[in-house]
Amino acid sequence: MFEGLAEKLQNTLKKLRGKGKVSEADVAEAMREVRMALLAADVSLKVVKDFVARVKERAVGQEVLESLTPGQQVVKVVYEELVALMGGTSSKLTLSPKPPTVVMLVGLQGAGKTTTVSKLGLFLRKQGRRPLLVACDVYRPAAVKQLQVLGNQLDLPVFSMGTGVSPVDIAKGAVEHAVAHGRDMVLLDTAGRLHINEELMEELKSIKSAVRPHEILLVVDAMTGQDAVNVAESFHGQLGLDGVILTKLDGDARGGAALSVKAVTGCPIKFAGMGEKPDALEQFHPDRMASRILGM
Amino acid sequence: TGRPKIDEELFEELEEALISADVGADTSLDLVERLRQTVKAQKIGDPARIKDLLQEEVARILGEQAQPVAFDHQPTVVLIVGVNGVGKTTTIAKLAHRWKQEGRKVLLAAGDTFRAAAIDQLEIWGQRVGVEVIRHQEGSDPSAVAFDAVQAAVSRGVDVLIIDTAGRLHNKSHLMNELSKINRVLDRALPGAPHETLLVLDATTGQNAVSQARLFSEAVGLTGLVLTKLDGTAKGGVILAIAAEMQAPVKFIGIGEKMDDLRDFDPPEFARALFG
Ligand SMILES: Nc1nc2c(ncn2[C@@H]2O[C@H](COP(=O)(O)OP(=O)(O)OP(=O)(O)O)[C@@H](O)[C@H]2O)c(=O)[nH]1
Ligand SMILES: Nc1nc2c(ncn2[C@@H]2O[C@H](COP(=O)(O)OP(=O)(O)OP(=O)(O)O)[C@@H](O)[C@H]2O)c(=O)[nH]1
Ligand SMILES: [K+]
Ligand SMILES: [Mg+2]
Ligand SMILES: [Mg+2]
Repeated sequence: MFEGLAEKLQNTLKKLRGKGKVSEADVAEAMREVRMALLAADVSLKVVKDFVARVKERAVGQEVLESLTPGQQVVKVVYEELVALMGGTSSKLTLSPKPPTVVMLVGLQGAGKTTTVSKLGLFLRKQGRRPLLVACDVYRPAAVKQLQVLGNQLDLPVFSMGTGVSPVDIAKGAVEHAVAHGRDMVLLDTAGRLHINEELMEELKSIKSAVRPHEILLVVDAMTGQDAVNVAESFHGQLGLDGVILTKLDGDARGGAALSVKAVTGCPIKFAGMGEKPDALEQFHPDRMASRILGM
Repeated sequence: TGRPKIDEELFEELEEALISADVGADTSLDLVERLRQTVKAQKIGDPARIKDLLQEEVARILGEQAQPVAFDHQPTVVLIVGVNGVGKTTTIAKLAHRWKQEGRKVLLAAGDTFRAAAIDQLEIWGQRVGVEVIRHQEGSDPSAVAFDAVQAAVSRGVDVLIIDTAGRLHNKSHLMNELSKINRVLDRALPGAPHETLLVLDATTGQNAVSQARLFSEAVGLTGLVLTKLDGTAKGGVILAIAAEMQAPVKFIGIGEKMDDLRDFDPPEFARALFG
């Protein structure tokens, strides 16, 4: 692993301070280190290449070349570009002018969807909303029960129709139920699935056309490696995502997946999961994420 | 690759293929550098041989063959550990199914007393597979479950006891201490237990898996790894970096969500798939 990109770059570029100016070869050397640091943080190779090209363009500019501290200057450029790429400041959920607002969580197996549905429920209730949690996972053993237990702990209503009904019908039933019972947010928990599983991806498309979610959010595990681009691209291509939720950021992963997912979908990362407890959900902060990816 | 000769571009392509398979930049660079030297030393000119050489090297690093679980204790106690959501509980169902089919008497222990409905999940699997599950209530002490399960396994003359644990992130010391305690309690209940401690890794995981392997190994000692979710598009190349650092071999892979979606780890096949 890299012990702080900043330090490494400082060392690389210090050598040239004596020479009085930074040459192209020096910049190339610095860019190699940026590349290694991003790869160590699990940013996807394809994204790293584009990113490094952009940073390089700025690094050969005057702000770096003429700086007394070119190492620091490169780090600053990298950091700024990372923040910019991950999208300004944190985003919010789009609410439907006509309630209920339907939010659908999708993603690979074990990413944290069910847990996040309950976290979102709590988060929204604190904002004065009346969320309904919906158990659309009819496949994983005890998935319905899991959501019911979580809803129970938080005193939030959970809509379920067992496991003998299609998720499309459950989603439709849930929206009707929300309308009838004055629930203004419908949070759909869907089963984990691989982006290459055509049948299950079709199912999500059917739910989408049946209940027209206002937000389709991809839940991504912060520990995800190079595969993050394949997953995000594929879910986005098939469903049209509105945002991303990054989970398990309470771990020690650098979380380069954040950059990969944002880069290939353009979708904002809206929330960060910071633990297993229901209150461990935060707004996503691109600046913090940039520091984390860089190990600063 | 249908190239006329071995050139720098070919080496770069290989390096990128390795990085894209989560082998990690450092390990990928090392591997390709060694390949360059081999090519030079052995005066290899045929580009068609390059991939084979690299695959052989990868398989060599991972250990030439799969290392099965030895059932030389009665009962053999298997502890399953790993971070959240990697596939521990499902893997237990798969192992139980396989070992039952081999004619062994299997018992499961619902050691995840923390996550919502984790016990129910294992119970449903137990029913499907047709094996019994020792359980306590949600929120109870997992060490106590482990202790009871060992006693039950001994008194029922079970061949293999598989213990589920709650997912936990390796950087959380209190949770890792809880795991060490389970380990100690098992040894007290049956000296020498657990006989196998398997760390479950999700193939979708990137370089963080190295940190997972390191810290779980420190906390409980590992006898092997299970690599799940290889039915997706992730390759799980990070196990190469792990293999360079520790002894624990990959024993099984998971290739789906059903109980028969478990395979022995096959290093040459894994090496081929890394570039596929
Ligand atoms: N440490 C930590 N664990 C989390 C976080 N979010 C979820 N988890 C844990 O990750 C595991 C999987 O979470 P689930 O909510 O069941 O994931 P899922 O995506 O619904 O899984 P499937 O339905 O099987 O696809 C559980 O052990 C959760 O407690 C988080 O932000 N931090
Ligand atoms: N595609 C695929 N999915 C898998 C595989 N193994 C497990 N899963 C799925 O991954 C999700 C999580 O599996 P679990 O067995 O609950 O994982 P866990 O490690 O016990 O999770 P926690 O107890 O919450 O930490 C479930 O949806 C499983 O069906 C696999 O090999 N391939
Ligand atoms: K995962
Ligand atoms: Mg779920
Ligand atoms: Mg489990």
